Amino acid sequence: MNRASLFVPLGVFVLILTLGYVGFDLGARSELPSALINKPFPEFNARLLGRPEQSITRDDLLGQPTLVNVWATWCPTCLSEHEQLMQIAATTDVQIVGVNYKDRPDKALRWLAQFGNPYRWVLDDRDGLLGIEMGVYGAPETFLLDARGEVVYKRVGDINPRIWRSELAPRLLQLGVSIAGSDADGARQP
Amino acid sequence: MILARPGRWIVGRLILALLALSSASACFAVSQIDTFEFSDEVQERRYRALIDEFRCPKCLNTNLAGSDAPIAQDLRKVVYRLVVIEAKADQEVRDYLQVRYGDFVLYDPPFNARTWYIWVVPIGLGLLGVFVILGLQRRVTGQRTVLDSSQQARLRSIVQGTAAADADGTAGAKNPETKS
Repeated sequence: MNRASLFVPLGVFVLILTLGYVGFDLGARSELPSALINKPFPEFNARLLGRPEQSITRDDLLGQPTLVNVWATWCPTCLSEHEQLMQIAATTDVQIVGVNYKDRPDKALRWLAQFGNPYRWVLDDRDGLLGIEMGVYGAPETFLLDARGEVVYKRVGDINPRIWRSELAPRLLQLGVSIAGSDADGARQP
Repeated sequence: MILARPGRWIVGRLILALLALSSASACFAVSQIDTFEFSDEVQERRYRALIDEFRCPKCLNTNLAGSDAPIAQDLRKVVYRLVVIEAKADQEVRDYLQVRYGDFVLYDPPFNARTWYIWVVPIGLGLLGVFVILGLQRRVTGQRTVLDSSQQARLRSIVQGTAAADADGTAGAKNPETKS
């Protein structure tokens, strides 16, 4: 009995180690929950990139699922996810809207001309005010909105093939988006 | 004319050096301190207190005042706009940021379904510590009352026995040099 109680400090020590290990692991930045999940996407009225005479509002996004992708030319991760976005645009019928965040319009337009344009619209958010409404704190960030304009999912960081397969494609299917290709066949199986 | 040349040269160098210094410090000033204008001291104090209070969403543990991240600069502008231009109350500023960036921006988190444990766990651990200390104390006092008269007699004989043995030991160890 006495001898067993000698191991209590060791047990406490291991407990502290475990808590610390798990705790530091929890600190992963992408786990930060968005304040917008299951809430309506904020109201906005934003000019279109390269077409400043034209602007769209939140109402223009309603009626179908929408991916809102926050990007900028100064953001290298945005370039690395661009190919994936192009592929989503090519193989699905989800509407993709870009938010050009704290960027220069001329650079952004050149970027789209060079690497392709997966977006139905690109909003010009050069001062980052729309970003603040959305709770954006970096780029890239991607929001998935349902047809009623509610945010069902947010990804901080790039949309890579792994995220697409495990998190985005299943949610798009759930929202009734049709996806062409083998990925979708795999995801459609229950 | 010949004498004036090195003089001019030194003056030119000095001006260049001063320019370089001032532009360097200007860079620091731009990145560290925002040039906001306040109409009165209360406003400025409120602004400073608020940017001290919020956590920068980009950095794990820096407040808005202490962060150089672009988002922190933007949010400082937002706080300035809300406090000075839109004349919002402190709580309205807090709500504004919380709605957009979540509880994360508040260093003083609210008590709700998602955050209860960070409030409860320290209190629970404190209580546990109190119970452990109380338990240990009771065990110590409990042992103190256990000895009856016969046990005390035995204890006394043991103590005396060791005292005698100690006396032998010290006597034996008096000349350790002879052994080594």
